[in-house]
Amino acid sequence: MNPESLRYTMDHEWVGEQNGLCVVGITDYAQEQLGDVTYVELPKIGQRLKRGEEAAVVESVKAASDVYAPLSGEVAEINEQVENETDLVNRDPYGRGWFFKLKKYDAVEYAELMTYTAYRAFCQGR
Amino acid sequence: MELIFEKSRAGRRAVSLEPLDVPEAPLSTEFCRTAALPLPEVGELDVVRHFTLLSRLNFGVDSHFYPLGSCTMKYNPKVSELVAALPGFAALHPHLSTAKVYEPVCQGALELVFETERMLAEIGGMKAGCLQPMAGAHGELAGVLLIAAYHRDKGNTHKRTILIPDSAHGTNPATAAMAGFEVREIPSTAAGTMDFDKLVEALDDTVAGVMMTCPNTHGLFEPKVHEVAERAHAVDALLYYDGANLNAIVGKCRPGDLGFDVMHFNLHKTFATPHGMGGPGSGAIAVGERLLPYLPGPKVVKGPDGYTLEAIPKSMGRMAAFFGNFLIAVRAYAFLRHYGGDGLASVGENAVLNANYMFARLRGAYQAAFEGNCMHECVLSASRQADKGVHALDIAKALLDRGFHAPTIYFPMTVRECLMIEPTETESKETMDFFCDAMLEIARLVDEDPNALHAAPVTMPVSRLDEVRAAKNLNCACLT
Ligand SMILES: Cc1ncc(COP(=O)(O)O)c(C=O)c1O
Repeated sequence: MNPESLRYTMDHEWVGEQNGLCVVGITDYAQEQLGDVTYVELPKIGQRLKRGEEAAVVESVKAASDVYAPLSGEVAEINEQVENETDLVNRDPYGRGWFFKLKKYDAVEYAELMTYTAYRAFCQGR
Repeated sequence: MELIFEKSRAGRRAVSLEPLDVPEAPLSTEFCRTAALPLPEVGELDVVRHFTLLSRLNFGVDSHFYPLGSCTMKYNPKVSELVAALPGFAALHPHLSTAKVYEPVCQGALELVFETERMLAEIGGMKAGCLQPMAGAHGELAGVLLIAAYHRDKGNTHKRTILIPDSAHGTNPATAAMAGFEVREIPSTAAGTMDFDKLVEALDDTVAGVMMTCPNTHGLFEPKVHEVAERAHAVDALLYYDGANLNAIVGKCRPGDLGFDVMHFNLHKTFATPHGMGGPGSGAIAVGERLLPYLPGPKVVKGPDGYTLEAIPKSMGRMAAFFGNFLIAVRAYAFLRHYGGDGLASVGENAVLNANYMFARLRGAYQAAFEGNCMHECVLSASRQADKGVHALDIAKALLDRGFHAPTIYFPMTVRECLMIEPTETESKETMDFFCDAMLEIARLVDEDPNALHAAPVTMPVSRLDEVRAAKNLNCACLT
C-alpha cells in the first residue's frame, strides 16, 4: 500500500481502507526501531476489538511490544504468512507484512487517525 | 576454540577403573539405554586444558569493566566470599530451621536472617523485611501478591488495576499480570520522568497499586514521588518501589519515607552479591505498616532465649523454601557490616558522581537522552550515529573488541538507539577514562571507517552472532 494514503497512530500502527476492510500493520519507523522481527502473534478471526486494545504482539531481537487496535472493529482476516516469515515485517511493512484486517470498523475513529504528513511530523519530533 | 567433543578420540580415557566386582542387578529393559551416550572420550589433561582455556574466556567484573546499565555490576568483595564459605554457614542443613528442637544449633544463622532483614528494613525506611524472594522479579511478584492480599483482606474486590510507567523494567508489568492484575501504562514526559497528570487521570478507584522505580530507568529521580504517594493512598492504592536502582540513593534517602508501602532489594546489585552467571540472586523485600500483617512467613523473632521462628497469622504464604538464597544473604550481611551506615551513604554518592563524570565526557559525541544531570546511570542515544548507519548494537560490539563489556542497549525502549551506562561506585577514574576514550574513538570511526564497526567484534572467541537465528531456531541439544 502507498504509505501516503494511509492513516497512523501514535503507537506506530498504520491503517488503510481496502475493499471495505481496514488493513492494519506497523510502520516502517516501528520496524526500524524494533530491528529484526522474530515473532508475531495475531488476533483471532472474529475477535471484536475496541480502539486501543491489545490486538497483536511483535517481538524482535531487541524488544517485545504490543500492537494495539487503531480503531474498533471485528477481525475479518489475519496474515498467517507473517507469523512464519516474520522478516516480512521488516522487508515490506506496508505490503506483505500486514497484520490483520478489520470489518464493521468505526468510520469516525478512522477519520480521527493521523494523516501521513501528521505522522511524519510526529516521528521527526522524537 | 574446539569443542570438547571435537577433541574426542575413540578409546581415550581420563581414568581407568578397576573391573567392577559387584554383581549386576537385573533392570527392566524399559530403563536401559539401547545405545551408549555420545560422551567425549578424552584424557585428563585434555579436560583440564579445555576447561582452563574456557575459563580464560570468561568476561566478568573480576576481569573487565562492566558498565551494564540498570544491572549495577559492581565489584563483589572477596571478604564476603570468605564469610559465606565458613562451614558454619556453608555446611548448615536448611532443615535445621524447621523444628523447634534444632533451634539451639542454628542460632547464628537465625540471627543473621533477623539482622539482615532488620538492616534492610532500616535502609528502606520500612517496618520489616523478608529474605525469601530469589531475584528482583521474584521480589516484585511477592510485593504485588502482598498488595493483592491487602485488598483481599479489606474486601476491595473492585481494585483490579496496577499503574506502571512506560520506562519500567519488563518485570514490573509481567509480575503484576502474573498476580492477576490489569496493567495500565503511564507515559513519560519529554523530560524522562513519569507524566504526573496522566497518572492522576488514571488513578481511579479501581487502582490497587502503582509500581515505580526511583531513580527510574532513565537514571532520573522522580520529582513528584511524594505527590504520587499521597494521591495513591487517597484512593487506597499502594505504592511499590522497584529497588533495582537503589544504589543511587542507598544510605541517603529511604523509600519508606517517600511514601512507598513495599519494595524489593536486588542484593545482587546494591549489596554486591554475585550476579549474572555468578548468582544466584536475591530479591529480598521490605514492607511498611499497611502490609506488615501479610508478610511471607514464618519470621525470625528475637526472644529472651534467643532467636525463634514464628508464624504470621495473616501471611500471604511462602515465596520460597526456608530463607531463600541464604548464602547470598550471608554475603549481603557481610557487606552491610563492612560498610556500615556512613559507608553506605558514600556508595550512593560515588555511584552518582561516577555516572555524571562519564555523562559529562560522552554527551558531546553522543546525544544525551535527557537534559540535566543523571543519578547512578546515564542514558545516551546513538541516534546521530544511527542516521549514518552505525547502530547502538555496532557500538556495543566495538566496545567488546576494546576490552569492555557493552553498556545496556535498546533499554529503556522509550529512548531510540539507547545506550545506558552504569559505572557503579567501585570503578576508578582511570578505568572510566579508558572506557570514555574508547567511546569517543568509536564515535570518530562512525565518520572515518563505519565498516570496521559493522565487522566488530573481531578479537572475541566468536564473531558477531546471528541473533535472529538464535531467537527463531533455538536448539537446546540437551533437551533432545
Ligand atoms: C529496573 C529493574 N527492575 C527489576 C529488575 C529485575 O531484577 P532481577 O533481574 O534480579 O529479577 C531489574 C533487573 O535487571 C531492573 O533493572
